[in-house]
Amino acid sequence: MNTKIKIAGIELKNPVMTASGTFGSGMEYAGFVDLNKLGAVVTKGVANIPWEGNPTPRVAEVYGGMLNAIGLQNPGVDVLLERDIPFLKQFDTRIIVNVCGKTVEDYLEVVEKLGDAAVDLLEINVSCPNVKEGAIAFGQKADCLYDITSAIKKKAKQPVIMKLSPNVTDIAEMAKAAEAAGADALSMINTITGMKIDIYKRKFVLANKTGGLSGPAVKPVAVRMVYQASKAVKIPIIGMGGIASAEDAVEFMMAGASAVAVGAMNFVNPCLTVEIAEGIEKYMKQYKIEDIRDMIGCVD
Amino acid sequence: MKVFLINIAVKEKDRGRTAGRKREMDKKKVKARVVSQREIAGGIYDMWIETDLALSAKAGQFIGMYPHDKSTLLPRPISICELDRDKGRVRIVYRIVGKGTKEFSGYRAGDGIDILGNLGNGFPLGAAEGKRVLLMGGGIGIPPMLQLAKDLKTEGKAAAIAAITGYRDGELFLKEDMEKYAAVYIATEDGSIGVKGNVMDAMRTYGIKGDVIMACGPMPMLRTVKRFAEEDRIETYISLEERMACGVGACLGCVCRTKEKDSHSHVRNARICTEGPVFPAEDVDI
Repeated sequence: MNTKIKIAGIELKNPVMTASGTFGSGMEYAGFVDLNKLGAVVTKGVANIPWEGNPTPRVAEVYGGMLNAIGLQNPGVDVLLERDIPFLKQFDTRIIVNVCGKTVEDYLEVVEKLGDAAVDLLEINVSCPNVKEGAIAFGQKADCLYDITSAIKKKAKQPVIMKLSPNVTDIAEMAKAAEAAGADALSMINTITGMKIDIYKRKFVLANKTGGLSGPAVKPVAVRMVYQASKAVKIPIIGMGGIASAEDAVEFMMAGASAVAVGAMNFVNPCLTVEIAEGIEKYMKQYKIEDIRDMIGCVD
Repeated sequence: MKVFLINIAVKEKDRGRTAGRKREMDKKKVKARVVSQREIAGGIYDMWIETDLALSAKAGQFIGMYPHDKSTLLPRPISICELDRDKGRVRIVYRIVGKGTKEFSGYRAGDGIDILGNLGNGFPLGAAEGKRVLLMGGGIGIPPMLQLAKDLKTEGKAAAIAAITGYRDGELFLKEDMEKYAAVYIATEDGSIGVKGNVMDAMRTYGIKGDVIMACGPMPMLRTVKRFAEEDRIETYISLEERMACGVGACLGCVCRTKEKDSHSHVRNARICTEGPVFPAEDVDI
């Protein structure tokens, strides 16, 4: 049975990875799961300098999911290189660094610094809904997405995954723009902008007023978008959005994802990533699927 | 794996004072069982849970309790009130504040529950050695003071233990439990029992003195305690709370402003679930 998949020529032992921002840099969950059993670990978004993030409250639970407005608090790329990459290097898993920035130059600085590091792939966050400058501004217009993708592709030594926002009118158009600019892969979806109001206090629950919705509540939207994007482009897609079980992961793959990422549900079950990797194998055995790649986009 | 993590903790020289205490390495998600539950005041419940997390838990740490209702996904952070390390039991005393705690309040002996623990750093017992310790608990911040008083008393290192507990009204809870380990002084907002006002009013009225303060309660109370501690230069530890998601330091949801750059993100936002919930009062901006 083959569970290996390839993203931009990089082989992953299985399609299960972690969604950026939900797994720290792996250290926080290393006591719960064996990182060696994951296809890849995707780090929390990192910028050229430390970011403070948003005021609290930053998280709120909603029916079947949660809102977050962390605002990409991160220690900056230097700390990541010094502390987190050496930690992850000890494990037999692929390392994907999520990169964020306020300006194109910010992104390029991080991408350059990561150039010689033991990082397998870069994931470019142009879809965070919780920061005022940069991030999602680059990911909501096809021409902006094209420009930043091209700029990053020129500098990047590793293959580039563009992480797309669901907060757009036409996801296929965005996927095509990223592909045309040279993106090696897409990951989707980032969170969906949401809001929660405390009706007793007549106040927004999040200090940032809006936050990104994640968790099982977003899954059907994510599956639909992965499907639409996979029909529009040839580059591989990493599917995510509310994955809570191996069945969910298989669903994303059948919609067209080559790999999957587990996000908010890590907070619910810290051992979930490995359970899903094992569950996919069980599913393959049960339905006599020899090669995991046969499931990718198999619905039509 | 565990050995490596401990090394990392030691190597991180810049982890700062708040996080310098021994990092807990025994976080796990376990299946536990409710031993007993009763309502001890209006909307406040007292639950004993059987779990081996009790063996390694410390005063001031908390657990994440998962509701069964799958529309409420996230673990609820609830502070440890008391430990029975011999029987392997954890006691929590909590207030119904939403859907999750409402569900918990309906649990009966024998019911199963998933728990993530032990989370956070706990109070530094060593800081009490040879000193007069003043424990302050306000409202649902009282429960963690119980195990703290118990540990201070049984380890016998504090010179004296006084506890001031503040309630909304005369519906007291945990008073008799606290009296086993500390001299207890009461404040009530409506003045029905003890001093009318908050824990600080009770401290002044009774003239209670301490060399070190350990406190947990609502933010306005903790702000007042911090200000008092700074004016009188009293070593003070406060336990903070914030809305949390993961409980293990990954999501960065539950941060608090710190005076210095925090060791993890190198900004001024320490994770309450990991570097806290107990911080030296002078280290945090609240």
